[in-house]
Amino acid sequence: MNIIDQVPPKSAAADPLGSAAIDVAHLTKVYKQTRAVDDISFSIARGSITGLLGGNGAGKTTTIAMIMGLVLPTSGRVQVLGYQMPQQSERVLGRMNFESPYVDMPMRLTVRQNLTIFGRLYAVANLRERIAQLADELDLSEFLDRANGKLSAGQKTRVALAKALINEPELLLLDEPTASLDPDTADWVRGHLETYRRTHQATVLLASHNMLEVERLCDRVIIMKRGRVEDDDSPEGIMARYNRATLEEVFLDVARGRVKEAAS
Amino acid sequence: MSELALRGGISVNRIGAMILRYWYLLLSSWPRLLELVYWPVLQIITWGFLQTYIAQNANFFARAGGTLIGAVILWDILFRGQLGFSISFLEEMWARNLANLMMSPLKPIEFLIALMTMSLIRLAIGVFPMTLLALFFFQFNFYSLGLPLIAFFCNLIFTSWAVGIFVSGLVLRHGLGAESIVWTLMFALMPLACVYYPVHVLPVWLQYISWSLPPTYVFEGMRALLIDHVFRADLMLAALAINAVLLMASFTAFLALLRSARRHGSLLAGGE
Repeated sequence: MNIIDQVPPKSAAADPLGSAAIDVAHLTKVYKQTRAVDDISFSIARGSITGLLGGNGAGKTTTIAMIMGLVLPTSGRVQVLGYQMPQQSERVLGRMNFESPYVDMPMRLTVRQNLTIFGRLYAVANLRERIAQLADELDLSEFLDRANGKLSAGQKTRVALAKALINEPELLLLDEPTASLDPDTADWVRGHLETYRRTHQATVLLASHNMLEVERLCDRVIIMKRGRVEDDDSPEGIMARYNRATLEEVFLDVARGRVKEAAS
Repeated sequence: MSELALRGGISVNRIGAMILRYWYLLLSSWPRLLELVYWPVLQIITWGFLQTYIAQNANFFARAGGTLIGAVILWDILFRGQLGFSISFLEEMWARNLANLMMSPLKPIEFLIALMTMSLIRLAIGVFPMTLLALFFFQFNFYSLGLPLIAFFCNLIFTSWAVGIFVSGLVLRHGLGAESIVWTLMFALMPLACVYYPVHVLPVWLQYISWSLPPTYVFEGMRALLIDHVFRADLMLAALAINAVLLMASFTAFLALLRSARRHGSLLAGGE
């Protein structure tokens, strides 16, 4: 397990001693006959960027949803910043945020109105200044007063990222943050995420299909398949073990069931 | 931090943020504003002329002037109150925004208080013009009901919120496939709440069910006021007591349905 030690942010001082950003133990989710997540355990250190890899139906979104408290586990335990989810969610929801392609923001409201509402929900101090800062950093200024529904896919993604960063979260959960973006915009988003993690010592967990993205951003990769953790290491460690030059090749090995031969 | 928190950790700031969200939405969409006024106006015109016609031809209705129009307006308070609540909730489902809210520090009780406030705002926009039309076209001054009107209004709005909370919980759990319940459930109460006729016309066994519904007390109270010129405080207190039970039951059901939605993953799915 690759845990990177970082100086914890100030607000972490009151958290249970030595707690990880995310601690998942024997987590299982069963929908009727389907085991979407099957007895997974991992711990994510504060200040790290971890990639959650896996094909469609691997259980990535369900895992993230359980970490956020949007889905209740069938069994097992999730702790976020040292607090039990969802029982103690009130203590951490204001310190985390997320972005997902499965969730939109109100289309008829302008970007500024949307950010104002979420800023107030997260009790952001000096909200106007914060929105101006995000508009500057994420290049939103030219369409800040345009309805969200009238934006391009790339612009919408930047707005969703602005919403996810509005409260300067200690923990950021991202579900395919660059899906449907052109390479230039996707690269720009990755750059911004790297900067945010570095400047805020934030923890990032991102689910992605984009192997280059994971290679570039992540200190650690958790590969999921059919609801189980198939592998868990640094990108370099995983590529070395599978004797592959890229994560994409590893991903194909795992997806096509060539795991044992390749890893041995 | 500009957070203003009340007892129990309820945040006025977060409630205000949600009201602002719906207010922005109303202002951004003239069809939404028009829809608020359109149906109440149509209702009052249709029923107002019917009342005028009946009053000219039936001695009883000539004496009991306004019972029909009064019932129409009070029914609309009940119906529009629930719709105002539920439509604001549905806006989150239509916008696929629910997960954003559920993952934010917004608490269910704050969300519900914001929806209740929006139901009052939407009701005011829809029903106020209706009462003016009743006054100018049919010489029925709704506000002449005086202080009893406050008792009628409170009881009806409490029932509308109880129904709104419950159906919102159903939509939360079952997705937009359950949306039709939002539009139709209140109509199931209509014959039992005795909006246009007194309770005693119902079969005896049905009267027991009718008296379990707070609106029944309000409509009986309205008829007592308009026909016999008597304010029945006993009816209003009984309605208030039943409403308190209904509100608690609906809130409990909402929390149970929210928990069930989390168990079944409905908060992320949101669709049908």
